[in-house]
Amino acid sequence: MKALLMYKDGDFDLGRPLPWNAAALKQDLELNTLFNVMALGDRFLFDVAQRAVLASECDLETIRYRQDILRDCLKNAGIVSDIYAIAVEADEGHRKLYWAGRHPGSILWGAVDLLQFLVGVLKKLRRIADSHAAAFESEGFSTLFAVLTRELSDEYFVTVERHLKHLQFRHGVLISAKLGRGNKGSDYVLRQPNAPERSWLERIFTPSPPAFSYQLQPRDDAGARALSALRDQGVNFVANATAQSVDHILGFFNLLRTELGFYVGCTNLYKTLANKDEAACFPEPLAEGMRSHSFRGLYDVCLTLSMPGRVVANDVAADGRDAAIITGANRGGKSTFLRSIGVAQLMMQCGMFVGAQAFSANVCSGVFSHYKREEDPSMKSGKFDEELTRMSEIADHVKPNALLLFNESFAATNDREGSEIARQIVSALLEKKIKVFFVTHLYEFTRALWENRIGCPIFLRAERQPDGTRTFELVEAEPLETSYGEDLYKEIFLGGRAEAV
Amino acid sequence: MTFESILFETSAERGDETLQPPDFFTDLNLDQIVEAITAGKDDYNLKPFFFDPLTDVAAVEYRHQVFRDLENPTLLEHVQTFAKSMARMREHLAQVQKIRYTYEQDAWFLEALDVYCAALTHLVKHLSTTPLTSRGFLALRSYLTTYVRSDRFRALVAEKDRVQAKLATVDYAIVIKDNGFTVRKYESEPDYSAVVEATFEKFKQGAPKDYRVTFSSHYPDMNHIEAQVLAFVARLYPGEFGLLGGFRERNRDYLDEVVARFDREVQFYVAYLEYIAGFRSAGLSLCYPKIAHGADKEIYDYEGFDLALARTLVAKDSIVVCNDFHLTKAERIIVVTGPNQGGKTTFARAFGQIHFLGALGCLVAGNDAKIFLFDKLFTHFEREENIDNLRGKLEHDLFRLRGIVDQASSSSVVIMNEIFTSTTIRDAIFLSKNIMERFLRCDLLGVWVTFIDELASFNQKTVSLVSTVVPENPAQRTFKIERRQADGLAYALAIAEKHHVTYRSLKERIPS
Repeated sequence: MKALLMYKDGDFDLGRPLPWNAAALKQDLELNTLFNVMALGDRFLFDVAQRAVLASECDLETIRYRQDILRDCLKNAGIVSDIYAIAVEADEGHRKLYWAGRHPGSILWGAVDLLQFLVGVLKKLRRIADSHAAAFESEGFSTLFAVLTRELSDEYFVTVERHLKHLQFRHGVLISAKLGRGNKGSDYVLRQPNAPERSWLERIFTPSPPAFSYQLQPRDDAGARALSALRDQGVNFVANATAQSVDHILGFFNLLRTELGFYVGCTNLYKTLANKDEAACFPEPLAEGMRSHSFRGLYDVCLTLSMPGRVVANDVAADGRDAAIITGANRGGKSTFLRSIGVAQLMMQCGMFVGAQAFSANVCSGVFSHYKREEDPSMKSGKFDEELTRMSEIADHVKPNALLLFNESFAATNDREGSEIARQIVSALLEKKIKVFFVTHLYEFTRALWENRIGCPIFLRAERQPDGTRTFELVEAEPLETSYGEDLYKEIFLGGRAEAV
Repeated sequence: MTFESILFETSAERGDETLQPPDFFTDLNLDQIVEAITAGKDDYNLKPFFFDPLTDVAAVEYRHQVFRDLENPTLLEHVQTFAKSMARMREHLAQVQKIRYTYEQDAWFLEALDVYCAALTHLVKHLSTTPLTSRGFLALRSYLTTYVRSDRFRALVAEKDRVQAKLATVDYAIVIKDNGFTVRKYESEPDYSAVVEATFEKFKQGAPKDYRVTFSSHYPDMNHIEAQVLAFVARLYPGEFGLLGGFRERNRDYLDEVVARFDREVQFYVAYLEYIAGFRSAGLSLCYPKIAHGADKEIYDYEGFDLALARTLVAKDSIVVCNDFHLTKAERIIVVTGPNQGGKTTFARAFGQIHFLGALGCLVAGNDAKIFLFDKLFTHFEREENIDNLRGKLEHDLFRLRGIVDQASSSSVVIMNEIFTSTTIRDAIFLSKNIMERFLRCDLLGVWVTFIDELASFNQKTVSLVSTVVPENPAQRTFKIERRQADGLAYALAIAEKHHVTYRSLKERIPS
């Protein structure tokens, strides 16, 4: 029996390693914020969320398969949460009941006890399938409910319960055995008692030396343990078989919990965004080889989750473009925009909705981020060297049709040299059909792209009003040379603004 | 002569301990340095001593003297022996706290006291034959000599000896039968294991399998049966056990406060000397810096290095490159430019480290140094962007700089490392020049690592240092920082080639 809620024909493996750059993506895109809202404090859900989101599914069929299931979940949130609660009950139950000891007798006792519990849970699941299957439309849920009804028949439950009764051995266990080995002690010195030297007469008239004695409690624990050990050896094989059955059933519930957990996480996120009046839509994934990035009202889901109000959204139509170069004012929303691109791509490719009113993009063979970092604490290398080391690691893993996000990369040297490095790297990437989003202050680099028309980039700029205030919205515009640092200097050093940092 | 503390000459100097490291600790890798110094010495809680720089020249001198005395290996060894004994004493006392049965507690207490008395007696004996010159150790010697000659201490030792002698005479036997056991005095019965072994000696062939189980004999917890045995033994020997119990009762407050404080505080020196020994055996120099303060602003360090980096390099048998600097007359700020990964940040850290460690009264990296005793030390290193901080990065930087400019005085030291990298070159030049002007007006001392060559030739108060490369192979760094004009070459492409991320390399590496 399988859940098949993540893949039409396969299991979602929680043990599969995270992508090699998971830590960088989580850090750069602030993904823990996303996972935390999906998990609502549940560590299991957190793990499921991060593994599903970071896996970047490329198969359009699978993405749509999940989108359908998620639509069902959003529509029937109450029922889905009941099913999930059952899966959790079963999955958690084994921790309470199972593996009480390391002797076959206690393993058997624990396994039988747990089996009785699991049969009860399976019955509950069957009842839900019986009464609510009709409310679900997706292929995934239809299959699951059909399997439950077929496999968990009434006759099956009768058979199982008969075995469970027998395994309690109310009438005793019959055992044959042979002798083995075993004994233990400590560092005392064993002494040979002295032979009595005195005559009976002497003994009567000499008082015996003082001695103090201690008697154990009447219950003979040692004897009881010996008997128990014998019994353990007898039930060894049947305990093994029973415990394995338990593991199979638990495995199913664990799969159900894992795969459904992803949708529960999505539902949690959906509700949180809805409460903030933030938009969410199911994106249209396009084939890997296409070049498309078009959206309305795209915002940074992680940013909105970390602050009280709503956040600024952007509209971009970049179909046919293979790169986006983002320039302009400091704190003008460039980093936020870049993050929204990365987060939306990951959300789309795991089968989730995205934070936008409408979103369509080609799927990519992998999401990569290259952000400016703090000084390397191991001091092995300078900052620029460290940036290029990371670029080299990306080059080891990147494939055509990947999406690469750069945030102020290669700025650890001067503008002229940083620009040259950036130009070479981006040129090579575009020729290898890798999509690039690049937030940068490297003016010479952006000019080179603008004038030489390397690839087919779209140029976006963080705007500012004539009075110097920022709109945080990006517009399509030619890169300019200033970042308005002079304004900030005047404001902070000469003006009245004095904030403690 | 009174003795207060081996770290501070007077009790007035010994204020409350600082529990948090200063802000700049991580930037200067002082966190790693202090972590390495105090590693394995957690029991002493030494870190607070490394958070509080001194501001008085005499206080620094007091510690220099103590360090110099302890550089005598004989004295260091005696102090370390004493420390080990005191640690063993504390272990025994901790055991007393952990266990439940009175007779067991009494025994561990006696053990603790035995260690304490011996440790003190030995230390005093050795101090009296070791040449001492520091004010700190001379005062300690005088204090301890008086202490061990006091009636109180002598009586303690005498009583302890008597109790130990009595307990040594106790021996007993346990007879276990059915579901019980009996305890009585030992009556010279022979070793039965030996008897059995002898009986079967004739069958022995080759090495037999070892069926013995290993029991931990270090502080075994007593179960209730063992405790019952001991209780019976105590009834067999009431006089001996009465004496033992009384001893613990009478001597609960035996530990001298000054001795306990010395035991902890001297570890500041011991830990530091142990830490620097590794550098010295690798051929690196550490020295006692001369101290500049007030209007004297001449500072220098010859053959200096970054302790944190050097430690990892020495561990790998790699070469540590040392660097010099010297500021005289009107010179105040060192501007470091040059190729990346050329040791600029390392140089800036080393500069900060010698000032901070020097102000702790410690030896500093270098073979001849003079440092400035600062009132405040500031660092500004590039920080990562954080979503919680919705102000732009540049704005954040400027706020921090404003904070530094507002707090700094002419006695402050500032270390700047590659700031304004997230803005355009034009902005970076504008902002850097303005900040530099403010620093110079303040007359503070500092280091500024930058890619902006314009800062290097700012005016006569700035000194230009440049990280250098091997001329034939620009990708190879010398890690030497030399005093000369900034030349504007950063060799970034050479590094790109080294990492195979040039246009040509990437085209080959990435699959189609």
